[in-house]
Amino acid sequence: MEALVAIAIGAMSASGIYLVLRLRTFPVVIGMTMMSYAINLFLVTTGRLAVNKPPILQGHGPADFSAYTDPLPQALTLTAIVISFGMTAVVVLLSLGAFIEGGDDYIDMPESDRREGGDTE
Amino acid sequence: MSPALIAALPFLGALLPGLLIRSGRNVAAISCGTMTLLALIGLCLHIPAIMDGQVITSHFTWLPRIGLDASFRIDGLSLLFAILILGIGLLIILYARYYLSKGDPVGQFYTYLMLFQGAMVGIVLSDNILFLLVFWELTSLSSFLLIGYWKHLPEGRQGARMALTVTGMGGLAMIAGMMMLGNIAGSYRISDILEAKEAIQASPLYLPALLLILLGAFTKSAQFPFHFWLPHAMAAPTPVSAYLHSATMVKAGLFLMARLWPVLAGTPEWFYIVATTGLFTMLIGAVIALFKDDLKAILAFSTVSQLGMVTMLLGLGTEAGAIAAVFHIINHATFKAALFMTAGIVDHEAGTRSMKLLGGLRKLMPVTFTIGTIAALSMAGVLPLNGFISKEMMLEEAIHTTWAGYAQLFGIVAAIAATFSVAYSLRFIAGTFLGSERDDYPHHPHDPGMGLLFSPSLLVVLVILIGLMPMTMAGWLVTASADAVTGMETHPHLALWHGVNIPLMISGAALVIGALMVAFHRPLQAIWDAMPRPEAKVIFDRIIRRAVRWAQAVNDGLHDGRLARGAGMMSGTVVLAGTFAWVTGSTGPQTREMLPITPVAGVGFVLLIVATGCMVAFHRNRLLALVLIGIVGLIVSCGFVYLSAPDLALTQISVEVVTVMLMLLALNFLPKRTWVETGGLRRGADALIATVVGLAFGGLAYAIMRRDFAFETISQYHIANSYKQGGGDNIVNVTLVDFRGYDTFGEITVLGIAALVIYAMTETLLIGKSARKLTNWRHDQRRAGDRHPLMLVVATRLILPISLTVGLFIFMRGHNQPGGGFVAGLIVAISLLMQYMASGFAWAQERQRVPFHAMIGTGVVVAAATGIGAWFFGLPFLTSAYGYFKLPFLEEFELATAMAFDLGVFLCVVGAVMLALNSLSRIARRTGEASTRPATAEAPTADPKEAH
Repeated sequence: MEALVAIAIGAMSASGIYLVLRLRTFPVVIGMTMMSYAINLFLVTTGRLAVNKPPILQGHGPADFSAYTDPLPQALTLTAIVISFGMTAVVVLLSLGAFIEGGDDYIDMPESDRREGGDTE
Repeated sequence: MSPALIAALPFLGALLPGLLIRSGRNVAAISCGTMTLLALIGLCLHIPAIMDGQVITSHFTWLPRIGLDASFRIDGLSLLFAILILGIGLLIILYARYYLSKGDPVGQFYTYLMLFQGAMVGIVLSDNILFLLVFWELTSLSSFLLIGYWKHLPEGRQGARMALTVTGMGGLAMIAGMMMLGNIAGSYRISDILEAKEAIQASPLYLPALLLILLGAFTKSAQFPFHFWLPHAMAAPTPVSAYLHSATMVKAGLFLMARLWPVLAGTPEWFYIVATTGLFTMLIGAVIALFKDDLKAILAFSTVSQLGMVTMLLGLGTEAGAIAAVFHIINHATFKAALFMTAGIVDHEAGTRSMKLLGGLRKLMPVTFTIGTIAALSMAGVLPLNGFISKEMMLEEAIHTTWAGYAQLFGIVAAIAATFSVAYSLRFIAGTFLGSERDDYPHHPHDPGMGLLFSPSLLVVLVILIGLMPMTMAGWLVTASADAVTGMETHPHLALWHGVNIPLMISGAALVIGALMVAFHRPLQAIWDAMPRPEAKVIFDRIIRRAVRWAQAVNDGLHDGRLARGAGMMSGTVVLAGTFAWVTGSTGPQTREMLPITPVAGVGFVLLIVATGCMVAFHRNRLLALVLIGIVGLIVSCGFVYLSAPDLALTQISVEVVTVMLMLLALNFLPKRTWVETGGLRRGADALIATVVGLAFGGLAYAIMRRDFAFETISQYHIANSYKQGGGDNIVNVTLVDFRGYDTFGEITVLGIAALVIYAMTETLLIGKSARKLTNWRHDQRRAGDRHPLMLVVATRLILPISLTVGLFIFMRGHNQPGGGFVAGLIVAISLLMQYMASGFAWAQERQRVPFHAMIGTGVVVAAATGIGAWFFGLPFLTSAYGYFKLPFLEEFELATAMAFDLGVFLCVVGAVMLALNSLSRIARRTGEASTRPATAEAPTADPKEAH
């Protein structure tokens, strides 16, 4: 099972990186979403895999630690999922705004924009 | 008054101009003046105790682990500098009120000035060198703001930048030096360091620490070869120059040398570095000053020279040298501030500071003439003014100093420098006030009102009084500060008349030769102009340009504005760093058995891999990519269910829905296809990077999953205490709202901010150029014929109450079962969104009573209030209380304060999600209503050839 999860993480992150390296905004946004899947899954697995051991106390929980999976990575990942939604939303709107204002959805910064304000004289 | 309060008062004063400037510049000036005066009075209350040899301290722990404490101390040296800073600061505040014109933003000026004053007071009152460094950097920053105050002048901006670069660089070096010093002494407290002279001077780190600290002091005090920034800083308004370059900023370096004098001085290294630099700076500054025409430039170079003189005196490492140094610091502050103010008055009234256009102002501005002349004569070292006494003391020390076996060298150079000082001082008087009256002044010069004259007059009175009665006027202060500098009891004997001795003869000769130099200034100037000499600004600019070019080359190599390059570089670096860590570090054995693969899991895995593969293969069809991302997200949620993470599964699946909706809305506008624009080589390289990252990441995950924890986890605490302390069975939820509630609080705040950012961006898109584009937008796809299908409308409206109830249910059970504020918020948001989708934006908007911004705000406030509530019971932030209640017809249920926190989370999530999607649909609506007709033309810019 561990091998499958690891392969899934690897595959999702690889496809995410590949898409992030594209030239247009939409694939990049999709790629980042794939990356966040991979990373969230990875975060959860740092608590090690467990099946049928949800971190819900049974009968207010006599502390048998082996009956529950690690709750801490889950709590952190939960907020990570929500935050990555916030990030995706901002990025989506950025790309939309850039498309409407600039007329194309290229993600690279044009040379003229870069030099502007970088003037040291 | 507590030393801490004295240091804090100017900072409090910095807030006032911003609040009061609408009441006029007088109020702003008075408020700043009051704060300064209060601080000064508070300081003076300590004088009797300090005269008794006491040291006033106050101490607050700040970051004890790194030795950084907010500790203050007032001893004689601090007292001297603080009196100068606050006293002259008060005069400057008055002077600036009348100096600045109506067009200048006076509030900003006073804020910067008070900020700077506070930073300076902080430096001199600090009893912790790390704390001192904080203020040190603050002076660099606030002086940057002051020097560049006239933002419209390019010289002002350049001068400010140069000052910041030079002093900032020195400050960085000094941080390193101070760290070493603290390390040797074993403490960052100045009081402790001052005790550790033997250890410090014996340490092998003494020389590097000394060099780095001196680099900081020399750059700040404009010592050669860092003197060049000071003249360029003269582009500042004159009150700034008078303050920064007479009494404060440039003296910070001197202060530091004096402060650390007991532990650093007395070695040959100290003598040769400090005394030599000081002597050379004294000479070179004096020489250049003679050949400048701008009044402020003369004063700037004379300041460089005078600072060199004090540095030299400190560098001697003798008691008499230290006494002369502190005495001259007082004298220089008085006459130089008066001179700067005089130059400012001349500039203000005559309209120019150039000697080429001035002269003959004696009769037109008699009061200014008197003030300027007395101050300049003091600078020249003429009897009976205060400058004379300290210059005599300096010469006395210099002629008795042997430099590398040469007994005369020091005295001769000092005498030459003194001669040049006389010359430039006399030229300042002659070129401005003497000579015949002219008729081509840019303005009609006349004496200004008392507002401008008061401050320099007072200083000049001090110049005379200290000169006539040195022991009465300044003896006590010199004694106290010299005691503090040397760390022993000193008995300075300050007197105007020492009889006819060698220094007096040198002074006399200097006066005569100096006067002759002024008389024959024109031929001298011709010789000077003909001499080749390096222009510091040109060299500085060249260095900066080269540094920028190198930085740009490095930068461009790493990321040149193309996202792909930056991302690729980052991925590569991460993989390399990870590999390095893996290879060099050690790992435990694989202790965990692999879990068996069930058929369900196998099917899920295959689906996920296929979907991921399809994603890469078909991502160019964007709609299909969106479908695939939905599939991947769904399987990941199922994976969470399988791997005992029900909360995550619920969150993931609801986030999935919202994300896909969001992207659909965006895709409404964006091109529907991604065209092939890269060659096979580029795609191959990208695939290679992606594969390497995937392998590394997957490998890391596998390695972690097969091993047990290297250390005992803290999770067991959470499991054991979830019910006992948090009152809930769902450990994940309790962790979120209780144990790690502070994190969650931060995260909902971030989410709220993200939503507000989206809202703000939408606002900018809905005005101006992009709004016109939107109104005339032609969609590249056919619109649906029936925009609000009846079935969908009816179904969603029927479902609404049910889904809201589900949301409530999920929220209520969250503490004990999977669910909670995040999930409930997302579910409610989705059910509301469905109304927007089915019935249209306008219909839903009409029925929406609560603004989403308010919901976000309320959410954050509710969460914060819940946390703060614990304080009233004397408990830490976010401690929860809970109880179980029974209502008729319902099962027993629990109410916990944590649920109020969760309510905050809920509100924030609903508000943020709705605001984000609402913003997007507002954009869509701008076009949607106008263009229901099917678009006839082709896609507007989807084709790359057309776009470029």
